[in-house]
Amino acid sequence: MSAIDTSSVFVRAEMAEARAAPISTTGLVGWVRTRLFGSVFDGLLTLLGMAIAASVIWSIFDFAVVRAVWTGEDGGVCRTPTAGACWPYVTAYWKQFLFGRYPAEERWRAILVFAVFFGLLAPLALPKIPFKRLNALLFFVGMPIFAYVMLCGGWFGLEPVETTMWGGLLVTLVVAVTGIVCSLPLGILLALGRRSKMPIVRTLSVVFIEFWRGVPMITVLFMAANMLPLFMPDNVDVDKLLRALIGVTIFTAAYLAETVRGGLQAIPKGQYEGAMALGLGYWQTMGLIIMPQALKLVIPGIVNSFISLFKDTTLVLIVSIFDLLGMIQSSRSDPVWAAPSTGTTGYLVAAATFWIFCFGMSRYSMWLERRLATGHKR
Amino acid sequence: MTPADATTLAPTTSAADAGLAVEMLGVNKWYGDFHVLKDVDLRVKKGEKIVICGPSGSGKSTMIRCINRLEEHQAGRIVVDGIELTEDLKRIDEVRRDVGMVFQHFNLFPHLTILENCTLAPIWVKKMPKKDAEEVAMQFLKRVRIPEQARKYPGQLSGGQQQRVAIARSLCMNPKIMLFDEPTSALDPEMVKEVLDTMVELANEGMTMLCVTHEMGFARQVADRVIFMDAGQIIEMNEPNAFFADPKHERTKLFLSQILH
Repeated sequence: MSAIDTSSVFVRAEMAEARAAPISTTGLVGWVRTRLFGSVFDGLLTLLGMAIAASVIWSIFDFAVVRAVWTGEDGGVCRTPTAGACWPYVTAYWKQFLFGRYPAEERWRAILVFAVFFGLLAPLALPKIPFKRLNALLFFVGMPIFAYVMLCGGWFGLEPVETTMWGGLLVTLVVAVTGIVCSLPLGILLALGRRSKMPIVRTLSVVFIEFWRGVPMITVLFMAANMLPLFMPDNVDVDKLLRALIGVTIFTAAYLAETVRGGLQAIPKGQYEGAMALGLGYWQTMGLIIMPQALKLVIPGIVNSFISLFKDTTLVLIVSIFDLLGMIQSSRSDPVWAAPSTGTTGYLVAAATFWIFCFGMSRYSMWLERRLATGHKR
Repeated sequence: MTPADATTLAPTTSAADAGLAVEMLGVNKWYGDFHVLKDVDLRVKKGEKIVICGPSGSGKSTMIRCINRLEEHQAGRIVVDGIELTEDLKRIDEVRRDVGMVFQHFNLFPHLTILENCTLAPIWVKKMPKKDAEEVAMQFLKRVRIPEQARKYPGQLSGGQQQRVAIARSLCMNPKIMLFDEPTSALDPEMVKEVLDTMVELANEGMTMLCVTHEMGFARQVADRVIFMDAGQIIEMNEPNAFFADPKHERTKLFLSQILH
């Protein structure tokens, strides 16, 4: 048998080395070429987009900085037709924006609660810092008690402060944080209940979830504030803020339950079987194997609900609880500061504050997702 | 465990069960209207190695999954290491603690490291101190020859390595019986051998094993008996040489001619 003729085909004698990609597809040049000026039409769109962005940014900058009024004793300085943002109004009112009608001499208590809250949250959120278990215990158990005692008063010689006096960012944060911290566990339990094999548990979960998802948040708050007292015995008086808190928590929990259930459905059956075959019980399987994976999958959905909740706290205004937006809303009608730009300035402050918190949550969740992504890492 | 221990642990043990690891008597199971297991009888002695083969859908996986109650049987008796499987959750837990299982798709926990995968059950089920559990785990990871991967995540390992971790994870619970459900079917051809080698070693150490597999070389090498299942029944059972050389049943002959090319 003769040898195969290899002269007409190419057979490698040595293995080829990996070579760098062409410069036009990588680096800054490649980025600009492929993403901004890929074709003539792309280039035109890029220029158009830049022009729109520039004009929007300029008009905000013009209003907030160039034409802005920086100092003044009252709204008079802001009443000129060309005046931009009325910053003296914010300077005069910022304490109300933060604390509402919380008595001035007791504000240090709210400041202390803010400080302790962020002081405990930061080390909890950053992975490098040790003592996570103690930290979590302090944050989830110690913090609520501390905040309750400090803000409500009545103990240790602290002047009692009615919740009707609370307001501003303080109320926004109290509602949002309580809502977030309480709704997640409740949502997880509801999701598990809905997938339970026990018919009664399942039915109750389904009814609960579908009921609360089916009514608008405003209705929930309205019912909680105005209707609930009608059904309650005369001597039982539940605090209005507490009622709003419960409403917000239950409402969000119903949404979260469905988000979490989506995550549970994405976990392969093999994970349950692997855990069962090792002898793990139901709660161990859920807590150690299923939930860590399911929750990781639905971080975007959960954070979506949290951001939603954070912004929905502004709805407590309709039951006469004055959150940050409510305070700004009511302060702009103060005749001392009445000016064409007062309202816009206040809303700018509200928008910026809400945006900072929501954007912070969003970025943290993205970072958390990347950090927890062990499943597909090679 | 001595037979005396078995009696104290499980009231259902009879003297006749002594020395039996698994006993199935008239086991029947249905998926809705579909009759998956039909009057299955099987006795497995302690230390025995059984290979189960058969066409897909013949009920072989279902049968071994009944042994650790991943599937429930509707009629008949299953006694595992002297404990009869019933609705009683405590007994199911006891059986699962004694029976290890290795799956086709490994079923490692992707959010935990290799070491954590191995120590999870000892720590939470056996309440072993973390340090001891880690020591035991490292010992078994050494035995399956991947101690250096302990800190990695399952997704960073090859299929063969993952399956060896799955074996080590089961062994960490110190099981008396090991079930293998097509452990090499999902592997790249290059990785089948390393897993089979591990299983052969385990067999040589005297572990009671029930393997659903089509690796006939493995069956010849370690099996005490080969079982052939079709349509939910055990239709042939023999020691490997006789099973391969002289299959009795037409269906077995056809099956063997299809897989031994």
